[in-house]
Amino acid sequence: DQRGGENFTNPETPGYVGFANLPNQVHRKSVKKGFEFTLMVVGKKILINSILKDQVSCLLEKIERTVQIEASTVEIEERGVKLRLTVVDTPGYGDAINCRDCFKTIISYIDEQFERYLHDESGLNRRHIIDNRVHCCFYFISPFGHGLKPLDVEFMKAIHNKVNIVPVIAKADTLSLKERERLKKRILDEIEEHGIKIYHLPDAESDEDEDFKEQTRLLKASIPFCVVGSNQLIEAKGKKVRGRLYPWGVVEVENPEHNDFLKLRTMLITHMQDLQEVTQDLHYENFRSERLKRGGRFVVAAKDRLRRMQEMIARMQAQMQMQMQSGEGDSSGHHV
Amino acid sequence: MFKGPVESKNEAAMSELVPEPRQKPVVPMKPMGINANLLGYIGIDTIIEQMRKKTMKTGFDFNIMVVGQSGLGKSTLVNTLFKSQVSRKSSGWNREEKIPKTVEIKAIGHVIEEGGVKMKLTVIDTPGFGDQINNENCWEPIEKYINEQYEKFLKEEVNIARKKRIPDTRVHCCLYFISPTGHSLRPLDLEFMKHLSKVVNIIPVIAKADTMTLEEKIEFKQRVRKELEVNGIEFYPQKEFDEDLEDKTENDKIRQESMPFAVVGSDKEYQVNGKRVLGRKTPWGIIEVENLTHCEFALLRDFVIRTHLQDLKEVTHNIHYETYRAKRLNDNGGLPPMTAETEENHESNL
Repeated sequence: DQRGGENFTNPETPGYVGFANLPNQVHRKSVKKGFEFTLMVVGKKILINSILKDQVSCLLEKIERTVQIEASTVEIEERGVKLRLTVVDTPGYGDAINCRDCFKTIISYIDEQFERYLHDESGLNRRHIIDNRVHCCFYFISPFGHGLKPLDVEFMKAIHNKVNIVPVIAKADTLSLKERERLKKRILDEIEEHGIKIYHLPDAESDEDEDFKEQTRLLKASIPFCVVGSNQLIEAKGKKVRGRLYPWGVVEVENPEHNDFLKLRTMLITHMQDLQEVTQDLHYENFRSERLKRGGRFVVAAKDRLRRMQEMIARMQAQMQMQMQSGEGDSSGHHV
Repeated sequence: MFKGPVESKNEAAMSELVPEPRQKPVVPMKPMGINANLLGYIGIDTIIEQMRKKTMKTGFDFNIMVVGQSGLGKSTLVNTLFKSQVSRKSSGWNREEKIPKTVEIKAIGHVIEEGGVKMKLTVIDTPGFGDQINNENCWEPIEKYINEQYEKFLKEEVNIARKKRIPDTRVHCCLYFISPTGHSLRPLDLEFMKHLSKVVNIIPVIAKADTMTLEEKIEFKQRVRKELEVNGIEFYPQKEFDEDLEDKTENDKIRQESMPFAVVGSDKEYQVNGKRVLGRKTPWGIIEVENLTHCEFALLRDFVIRTHLQDLKEVTHNIHYETYRAKRLNDNGGLPPMTAETEENHESNL
């Protein structure tokens, strides 16, 4: 076997065809292609560096900056796998006296990405469609107060059919463990009460190993995640950790006993593919079918130009016909 | 009859057979341990693992078409490729079955499983191709069939309520069987491949290669390659679709040295040197199908199934299907073709 590496035919299991190798072929192509993911953060400035450790090699351009939306893209590579992560930030959400408008902007943003994708998908040249659709939304809930605020409920209900919502409780360090448990339960009850659809982690399949099943159970039991964010490196117990320094101690971001940050991170990464799929198969398809039912123009932009070209061609052909009919003409037979 | 699902017996042996043209990243698929380490560092590369697991669970479709004159061993070859009776051999024409007057298209589907991966394999046979006295335009029914599958897929894609997984009946690979005359390609071969290489992935194979000696084989292959080049026939893997340098190097070697594969097919087993092998028994020796010194069947199999299966599907989807789609949209003035559903909505929106 000439291929550098393994020898296929030895040992040959009789009856082995080899298409079981397909997942490896898919793997190889996926690694080459890389992965795109868009994460929206509402209600709190997320610290991306915390989620992605020190791999953020370069922060690419800030794509858009409207009054309330800031999108920036980062390319991360790890062990040959490329991830293009876009974080959509919503500064100022909830700060205004009248917050009606802030969530309109956010909803328009989400819809715009769907619209753009629909347009690209319906276009003539589909080779390089960029997927900027929002795959996941971290919605930050304030730890002060006794659960969801009216704004929280309104907003989540307005977007739960458009994006996967992951509710997160911010500033976990202002709550004791007991207070956290109480708040989590309260929030879950209110979510159910108001019929808000949040993202559900799929159960681990029966053929997964015990570790993975346990991990999934742990994650599911901790929702909504209660996190602390920090960009500061503090000296604690002889090493540098990300955390917040208080007179009474250091809150470590990555200490699972201090807050759920690691769980949030794990959930995001182990479910990236699923989040994308639900966005594509559920939220996007809903948008698309609604959009198509409404009709209107989303056809290829070149359509009008095309029609004009076709009319021109028809006219030219008619002219040629006439010429050929009137005289013998030198029908050089050039077909336009 | 169909042999039934192939069981993956030896997992360890299976993983050895995985080709590694590039070092696969070591993937920490799961966290290191329970409790404190349960949420240990999870790398981004696990995303790719997730996709891989998904592929395994969903299974996949593969549609392979065989074209060539009758008697060139097409069915046997396909059965040998998939180690199952996926294609019914025509053991000569009996009195009831006549040679079809036009080319027929016969698609037969099977579900086979291996190593936890399920494949819905469809073999599309084209009896009657090249068998008439006048074979003019006999490729037309084949081209029509291929385009019909593209059309079917397109209609599904533009539906308002789309299926989550559109059933894929498009032809991913067309094996074209060249008769081992030893001289050159016939005009029919050239005509067929010229027309069809624009709409489907064509892999030319030299059938019944056991009728040629090694020297004759080498010469014939060179001549065929030259003729294909001179006639501008781009067979799979097409040069213009090489994605990067790595692909190009690998594919150049295949295009310029290995193809067209000179193959022999068989579904009979014989005992050779204590092993059971697939082969053809002749008075002068046993031709071992999977022996690379005897014929190139193993190369064809590895190429189509073990390394380029996914690529065949991707080129079909991203290139051939898109070309068809663009043309259809253009012809329709930039609009997608109407299905019954979209037509209704169009009416109600006017």
